[in-house]
Amino acid sequence: MFRYLQGCRGQRPSVAITIDGVATEVPADETLAAAMLQSGRLDLRITPIGGKPRSAYCMMGVCFECLVTVDDQPNQQACMTPVRPGMRVERGRP
Amino acid sequence: MKRNYDVVVIGAGPAGLAAATTCGNARAKTLLLDEQPAPGGQIYRSIERPAIADREVLGPDYYRGEALVRALRQSPIEYVSSASVWQVTAEREIGVSVSGNSRIVNAKHVIIATGAQERPFPIPGWTLPGAMTVGAAQILLKKSGIVADGAVFAGTGPLLYLTARQYIRAGAKVTAVIDTTPARNYRRALSQGLGALSGFKYLRKGWRWIREIKAAGVPVIGGVAELRVRGEECVSGIEYRSNQHWTTLQTEHVFLHQGVVPNINLTMSMRCEHAWCDRQMCWRVVTDAWGGTSLPGVMVAGDASDIGGAVSAQHRGTLAALRVLQRLALIDKRTRDSAAAPHLKVLTAEHRFRLFLDVLFTPDEQFIEPQDRQTLVCRCEEVSAERLRETIAVGCQGPNQLKSFTRCGMGPCQGRLCGLTVGQMLATQLARPMADVGYYRLRQPVKPIALGELAALAQPEAAATAPASYSKVMSS
Repeated sequence: MFRYLQGCRGQRPSVAITIDGVATEVPADETLAAAMLQSGRLDLRITPIGGKPRSAYCMMGVCFECLVTVDDQPNQQACMTPVRPGMRVERGRP
Repeated sequence: MKRNYDVVVIGAGPAGLAAATTCGNARAKTLLLDEQPAPGGQIYRSIERPAIADREVLGPDYYRGEALVRALRQSPIEYVSSASVWQVTAEREIGVSVSGNSRIVNAKHVIIATGAQERPFPIPGWTLPGAMTVGAAQILLKKSGIVADGAVFAGTGPLLYLTARQYIRAGAKVTAVIDTTPARNYRRALSQGLGALSGFKYLRKGWRWIREIKAAGVPVIGGVAELRVRGEECVSGIEYRSNQHWTTLQTEHVFLHQGVVPNINLTMSMRCEHAWCDRQMCWRVVTDAWGGTSLPGVMVAGDASDIGGAVSAQHRGTLAALRVLQRLALIDKRTRDSAAAPHLKVLTAEHRFRLFLDVLFTPDEQFIEPQDRQTLVCRCEEVSAERLRETIAVGCQGPNQLKSFTRCGMGPCQGRLCGLTVGQMLATQLARPMADVGYYRLRQPVKPIALGELAALAQPEAAATAPASYSKVMSS
């Protein structure tokens, strides 16, 4: 389970986003992948062929494992997407 | 952004920052494009706003980036962050996407400083949620101050112990560090002549780190010859084999690393000349001493050209810039050469040290070629080692044919996570050298771009109103 280190969450301003319909507050300067990982679930998408769960692997835009749907736009790299107020995110599905 | 520049630099890590700042300060009209939201690259990620206040956690090497980024902020260049470069042509027309809008900019000179990525680590279970690269774990630490307690760090290379130590200093619990560096590498590395002196100092530092890790109660397990990540829907543990004996550790997080390799997708797609490097076990763009490629006006600097680390990257960025400035007639050859001399001197020493590191951290064959049949080689298209071996056995001769037959390398990562593995498997099975096997024929766009964005390029004034609902096109 990912967690914030002590003192690394407190002072930063938050924004509200929804992850799979669940409202959550995350730091305003976070990437979507980091926000989703620290929210408690690791799986960010389901693979199109095997139907298997996958999570962020490289966190730097190389592996394309963290593809999610952002405001109805599919296949967005969560690790390269900054969070925005009111953002609606769904885990990637085939 | 304007239409035309003297120099466009791609990537804002140490090489790109040094290159862009040097160009800008000499009055070249310079644009620096970077995919990340803030300057620093991966090594100095979030250097302007580190999540962790205590400087002892990330260590002094990280804070070297402060001066580089300060120089960028004081330099008269145009810097655009979150800018994804999806094309560079031989004529140096650069296609770049910012906030869902694309444009083409023209450059007299391009300096590509797109850095490195971690080497693929195809072992059983490497696709399970909970398994990520050590680099990924370090990015979460630097940028967000996020850690996972109880993680196992496994593999080889400088980043393994560095990040494990940062984790411990940050106050995270670590279950174990599993070191897969083959024992023979130490003997071979220390026989590297001149490189061995700086290498010996490095080993001493490494031993200090290991002592510190052990002192925190974290087992450091060496001599590991085989790894398996276990779990059904997510990671539940890791198994390692040492001296013919298998041991299981329970954990929800496995951080994997076996060195870094150059990011070659852009230069390969441009058809710059590349060559296989046996020592670093990767493909490298062929350059002259300044970083000039086989294409006129196209330079490559830093780890994107060959792996030398952050210090070397910074100096090579400056060298590439000096060459460009001379070509632009902003400085003469004498000024260029005298300015280059101190950088070349540092690079000579850095290079000796790198030879040592390359030998020390040469990954074992076990970990670059999957031994287990079910292990996925292509994560995107979910192609197993067994399927690839069967296809090679019926007569498949190279990576591109293998891609046509199996879809391996055809997914959104465009071969970044399978290209080296596929080449290695072909080389072994066909008993041919890697240079002969070759690599995927990569095409542009090298990053996915929405069809609407491309269409809007034809009518530049309409770009701002491109429908947002187009889904991203995954190029193949």
